[in-house]
Amino acid sequence: MYTWIWRHLPGPVALKLGEALLLVLAICALLLFVIFPWVDAHLPISQVTVGGNDG
Amino acid sequence: MGRRVSGAVLDGPTPEPAPSREGMTTGDKIRFVLRGIGQTLITFGLVVLLFVVYEVYITNWFAAKAQHDVKVTLKTEWANGEDDPTVALPGGKVTHLPLGKGIANLYIPRLGRDFAWTIVEGTSQDDLEKGPGHYPKTALPGQVGNFAVAGHRVGKGEPFLNLDHLHAGDAVIVETESHFFVYRIKGDAATNDLGDRGADGMPGREIVDPGTSPVLYAVPDHPLGTQPTEKLMTMTTCHPKFTAQQRMVYHAVLANTYDKPSGTSPMPAAVRSLYEGVS
Repeated sequence: MYTWIWRHLPGPVALKLGEALLLVLAICALLLFVIFPWVDAHLPISQVTVGGNDG
Repeated sequence: MGRRVSGAVLDGPTPEPAPSREGMTTGDKIRFVLRGIGQTLITFGLVVLLFVVYEVYITNWFAAKAQHDVKVTLKTEWANGEDDPTVALPGGKVTHLPLGKGIANLYIPRLGRDFAWTIVEGTSQDDLEKGPGHYPKTALPGQVGNFAVAGHRVGKGEPFLNLDHLHAGDAVIVETESHFFVYRIKGDAATNDLGDRGADGMPGREIVDPGTSPVLYAVPDHPLGTQPTEKLMTMTTCHPKFTAQQRMVYHAVLANTYDKPSGTSPMPAAVRSLYEGVS
């Protein structure tokens, strides 16, 4: 997977490194701001209330 | 990675043309598949690690911003002298406060001078990301009955991270637009026995299953409908830390009430004195 991505990044090695970094940051941002908040809302680990009183 | 025996280079910067799978030996194919599985597992592990970082640290950043916003809004409303929504109107009870809005400030000297949270109305996930949330339909600060508040223990601001540090008799200060209320954690203060149920049958602390609503009743741990006489406060959070298996519940009873001449009045000396010896 990573080798495939590396091969398909255009430009010389230095440019490829920059692109790879950008790609990693983009994926982290996607996880942190979109996917994790969604997952978190569907997990019971952060529930702190008792009873059926949730507003 | 990158060791090749047959010349079918599959990774790394390479001047050779894209390799074709035609030239792969059986060994290469096995290596190709195993490496794919390995990379997938490592990637999955990193994503899970990042999720833990998100839960424990990053949610706190978002929550800090949300808490700051409700705190500033509440302060502005008080400074503008808007009607205190937590004061029950004569002849009728306040039955509905806007969800997600700040209603009071919470201070607990035992948890430090910087422990100052604005309590919002409501206990939905959205409300609790802003700060500790008041269970709608339970009493308001200073009222007869049970002023019940929920808060996160780990992540999302974690207001109640160290709630388990509280001792019997500790002060819990609730500030509304018009009053400072000082509640005292129940239990036997002399021996710091939080489990002591005292004369009214309510302990300072109890660990219960998530479905246990009686801890929120106007008279906690008594049959529903029992006529309340005491002015109580209850705080709930998850227990043990990092899990949601149980709930840790603290009960407190109103000890003192101090009027505020105006919405922006500072803590009276008697309330400030509760911070003596606190760093």
